[in-house]
Amino acid sequence: MELKCKDVDDLCIGAAFLGAGGGGDPYIGGLMVKQELAAGRRIEIIDPDGLDDSKLIIPTAMMGAPTVLLEKIPSGEEPIRALRVVENELGRQADATMPTEVGGINSTIPLFVGARLGIPVVDADGQGRAFPELQMETFAIEGVKGCPLGISDEKGDTSLVMTDNNHRMEWIARGITIRFGGTAYFANYPMSGADVKRSAVKHTLTLARHIGEIIRNSRSRKQEPFDELCRFLATTSYALARVIFDGKITDVDRRTSEGFTLGSVSIDNPNGRCVIEFQNENLIARADGDLLAIVPDIISILDAETAMPITNETLRYGQRVKVMAVRVPPIMRSEAALRQFGPEAFGMSEPYCALE
Amino acid sequence: MKIGVDVGGTNTDAVVLGPNGVLGWRKTPTTADVYSGIVAAITQAIADASVDSADVDCVMIGTTQFTNAVIQRRSLLPVGIIRLALPATSAIPPLTDWPDDLITEIGRNAHLVGGGYEFDGREIAPLDEVAVAEAARSFRCDGIRTAAITSVFSPMNGDMERRAAEIVQNEVPDIAISLSCELGQFGLLPRENSTIINAALSELSRHVVQAFRRALQELAINVPLFISQNDGTLMRADDVQRYPVLTFASGPTNSMRGAVYLAGIQDAMVVDIGGTTSDIGMLRNGFPRQSTNFVDVGGVKTNFRMPDVLAVGLGGGSLIRDQGRLVGPDSVGYELTSRAQCFGGDTLTATDIAAAGGWADVGDRSLVRADKETIDAARASMRLLLDMNVERMKTEAADLPLLVVGGGAILVDWPVQSVSNVLRPEFSSVANAVGAAIAQVSGEVERVVTLNETNRRTVLDDARQEAKDKTISAGATAASVEIIEVEQVPISYLPGNPTRLRVKAVGDLPI
Repeated sequence: MELKCKDVDDLCIGAAFLGAGGGGDPYIGGLMVKQELAAGRRIEIIDPDGLDDSKLIIPTAMMGAPTVLLEKIPSGEEPIRALRVVENELGRQADATMPTEVGGINSTIPLFVGARLGIPVVDADGQGRAFPELQMETFAIEGVKGCPLGISDEKGDTSLVMTDNNHRMEWIARGITIRFGGTAYFANYPMSGADVKRSAVKHTLTLARHIGEIIRNSRSRKQEPFDELCRFLATTSYALARVIFDGKITDVDRRTSEGFTLGSVSIDNPNGRCVIEFQNENLIARADGDLLAIVPDIISILDAETAMPITNETLRYGQRVKVMAVRVPPIMRSEAALRQFGPEAFGMSEPYCALE
Repeated sequence: MKIGVDVGGTNTDAVVLGPNGVLGWRKTPTTADVYSGIVAAITQAIADASVDSADVDCVMIGTTQFTNAVIQRRSLLPVGIIRLALPATSAIPPLTDWPDDLITEIGRNAHLVGGGYEFDGREIAPLDEVAVAEAARSFRCDGIRTAAITSVFSPMNGDMERRAAEIVQNEVPDIAISLSCELGQFGLLPRENSTIINAALSELSRHVVQAFRRALQELAINVPLFISQNDGTLMRADDVQRYPVLTFASGPTNSMRGAVYLAGIQDAMVVDIGGTTSDIGMLRNGFPRQSTNFVDVGGVKTNFRMPDVLAVGLGGGSLIRDQGRLVGPDSVGYELTSRAQCFGGDTLTATDIAAAGGWADVGDRSLVRADKETIDAARASMRLLLDMNVERMKTEAADLPLLVVGGGAILVDWPVQSVSNVLRPEFSSVANAVGAAIAQVSGEVERVVTLNETNRRTVLDDARQEAKDKTISAGATAASVEIIEVEQVPISYLPGNPTRLRVKAVGDLPI
């Protein structure tokens, strides 16, 4: 499908929903994409199932501090230069790009790259939501190598990272990002069409667009958006979503540690209290000791009236919210997947328990 | 003794405020020249209070003139725009996402030049002074008389913006210059937008502030003049002349603050019922709760926060249909006194229900054609609408009273479920002007800091002191200054736990 300007806002809302409280506000990325469309460039979103096995797909994304991004907007050349670094290393040009992360701002970077370079964007990603680190990818779990990784900043500086260890790739790229001024743009996990079909969470860009459309329509038509979201998600590979709590925010506790925003939010209603712990993204929701949902399942806090997703940076005392949990697709719940981004990967002792 | 004035689009209100409350007030139509309306309102309010104008210590004015100018696209100057940021930020140039009709007024003379800072204070690139001078010359060529200068991370360091201003001033001596670092708040695009709008208002702001001054001269009131800003505190008139956008959200803030003052309390829910809508908000410690969203002014995203106000379609002119089961949201609006049945018109409105139901003394109730069932049903609908939405806006379980103000306050004579009691403060029709008169002055500091155990105390103390100093230089007495807000928001994905720190102080004027 060809992405139109009106789709961009929907896609951004849906990306914020899938961001599970983190992922960075897609506002800047959305504006960049709209700017390209307004300039007459086109964005074609293609179905991963229809990909030729031999095509080369190079995903693109940004990393670093979303707060810095709001001040230091990119030049637009960064992710393209990062992609070129990987292409040069491989000696081959990309046939398409793809998100590594559909949740938050990173849903928009490949759209921008696709528009600028005139290459299609594959309707899939490697996280099916937002996660904080580069090794937390279904691509990695299914054996796709993270490197070569190309990374670039607005000054034209680039770097090539080569390592066989995806954790080291994350560690090194994170260090470079600081020297680049707190934000950087990268391309990694170059893969074939066959790899995409095997290792990606599929149809997540169109999923985000559809989620955003439901939320926008409910705002203008004053319809109950929560039931409709659950009904729609039931028809996707995510298969199950429901509202797990409903109430008013009574406490927000935030602190940073090693670059991560850690904390918790308490939501009260007359029947009890729900506490959600987050590490950039929401990790676990409990109500009076009972487990309601746990990572990698998506826990999103939505405005109780409009269903607009609320990111953890904008949580405030007194907001009326509904908490929605979405079970992730089977590819994200395998044993190998849980080792990479299940509760243990975030230092939690609870075992994963899929949303029922 | 203080005088508070509210210069709205329709009315100019004045109140005379003594230590124990309102001494006199007057509502007059706003005039095209602004100042003669102020003169009339103040003269009559002083007469109403039977006081001597020599006893006036201070005049405070709240105004929606600047907001209205942007919304109506009038009195806006073309702006020369400079962004100090290259090689960063070119993916989204200035004026992206602005409404076309506003761009028509502002023009497209925008320049991205080398400069700006990183989050840690290093330069992205050195300031490209040659490019700034070239931009300035192109402003001169186009006859542009006002410029907006924005640099990346200028709330942390405004040096580059100030240097660029010098260069521009050198090239175009008479040009008015707005700097984004003076408007605070992180977020390059909303801050740049606000700076551009500010620059566009530079001529109007000079006229309006001159009109205010001329009014005081004509009244021979030779006292300090202050103007209300967004957060409900006051600015010196000189500062407003340079930064008119800082007054954008002052209207709703003043009206809510005035209402709680008139009721003699600090914490309350407030509903301001007008002809078409009711605005519902909440106050803590005399200040309205702020919205988490940025204010959109005339279709442009700015970096100001508004009081969190919910507009509900219930007003004095709301249409009553379906035997009273449907109230509003459409309204006869300003035509109430000709179209409502109790005024001899043919339309059944909320005001008619209140009149015919016997709980409001307005118009001629015998003219209203509604049976008892309709009146009861309409009353129940209005009550439900208010109950539901007051409950929605109330963010804590504590008992709070509900203040009902505005011209449509007569609609409500019932208890409201989610509040402890319903209060109708006296003089609430001039709550806006009262809100201006009771305001304090403030000072704010915002920056990114790296906090650790050893420096935490010093860093916070420094920021506190700076906010206090700013408050004193804004006109507060040193003894009255206190810190009212310390916000620390950690910035994720960076080493060393950098934190965005915002400190705000307020203080009393020496009266």
